[in-house]
Amino acid sequence: MASSLWIGTRKGAFTLRPDARRRGWKLSGPQFLGHIVHHIVQDPREPRVLLMAAKTGHLGPTVYRSGDRGRTWREATQPPAFRKAAEGEEARAVQRVFWLTPGHSSERGTWYAGTSPAGLFRSQDGGERWQPVAGFNDHPMRPKWAALGTPDGQFLHSIGLDPRDPRHLYIGISVGGVFESVDGGADWTPLNEGCAADFLPDPNAPYGHDPHCVALHPGAPDRLYQQNHCGIYRLDRPGRRWERIGRAMPKKVGDIGFPFVLHPTDPDTAWVLPMDGQTVWPRTSIQGKPAVYRTGDGGRSWRRLDRGLPRSHAWLTVLRQAMCTDERAMRVGVYFGTTGGEVWAGANAGERWRCIARHLPEIYSVTHAV
Amino acid sequence: MSCTVRIPSPLRSYTAGAGTVAGAGGTVAEVLSDLERRFSGIRFRMVDEQNRIRPHIRLYVGTSEVKALSEPVGSGATVHVICALSGG
Repeated sequence: MASSLWIGTRKGAFTLRPDARRRGWKLSGPQFLGHIVHHIVQDPREPRVLLMAAKTGHLGPTVYRSGDRGRTWREATQPPAFRKAAEGEEARAVQRVFWLTPGHSSERGTWYAGTSPAGLFRSQDGGERWQPVAGFNDHPMRPKWAALGTPDGQFLHSIGLDPRDPRHLYIGISVGGVFESVDGGADWTPLNEGCAADFLPDPNAPYGHDPHCVALHPGAPDRLYQQNHCGIYRLDRPGRRWERIGRAMPKKVGDIGFPFVLHPTDPDTAWVLPMDGQTVWPRTSIQGKPAVYRTGDGGRSWRRLDRGLPRSHAWLTVLRQAMCTDERAMRVGVYFGTTGGEVWAGANAGERWRCIARHLPEIYSVTHAV
Repeated sequence: MSCTVRIPSPLRSYTAGAGTVAGAGGTVAEVLSDLERRFSGIRFRMVDEQNRIRPHIRLYVGTSEVKALSEPVGSGATVHVICALSGG
């Protein structure tokens, strides 16, 4: 089956499909022109199914579902929404559905969604109807865990499932931290020890950290990685203390960025795309020279991959959902999309880069589908 | 009570392209519920789960802007749904 890339943008959804040798790529779309598309995710349990998190500038957020590999889409009959607030309670409303994660392989039809403001939602019917996960959304500590946020809202993202146990979940909250549940989402505990949070009044606080992207390796689910506002980290469970593997990055480059991308089979191999986090946080490629960095040893060392990328004056920003790999264990392809509307493909694990689409709207997500 | 509802272009995917549809109800809330019954999903795009009109939506009954969904809609009135968005 041919693979494809799904591109979620501020103005709609696009697809890129390669020819047999992955030299030429055909762009299709837009679908949902003018819609703000945050995430498009395939269901590995049922590959004909894709879900799309979307809204428009005017209208409330929703989820679309395709049962034919993205040819046609139908809106959820009950999109993610907080429960009606009681008198005197904070009246939360979902502003955007930001993140989608398919449920456990044993739970066909189950999906999770993360929203802004930070909320966790579950569907048990393939994305048709969504219910709040009360164990998180109404947790007595939630107002403190998600207290800071930004004027753009807190984001709940990086919903990770332990493939050995559908009741074991991880989530990330921007300016909130990483949280773990071992009871199917009924209760949650912070998991941020060892992570820097130098912007907080108390840098040793148990929560309030700012994970940008948390990744759980499906083949080695005790291995977690994290690209944080304050560095790149690894955590090997049952340990609870994150190790800052970004210390091994070149000092001139630093270890700030948004995406963290795993190899499909090798838990020691991963990619990051460093961005400038100095002074006023430009969040562009360092010195206008974009580069991807790859580790092959769990973050003990990193290798710069910039062959084919612009050598100078390329001030790219790549958001947390806008980088992925395909699923080839050998000669894996790596892909990223920029806020300037370019998609780049890194053949052979990122050894050589080529721009495969440009002039697209601001890219929010790049995901792979088979 | 019957009324007329003017549907803006971002919501016409729900009304099969119709820019004007018939409505029913004595209050704005009832008119929106009636729309939802016939055009499933349309209400949540305009009104959030706390029954607040979304920030980029304006509702008018005749020429009066709606501040609360409990406001009355007279027989024969026109309810306007207006999308308000700036920037690119």
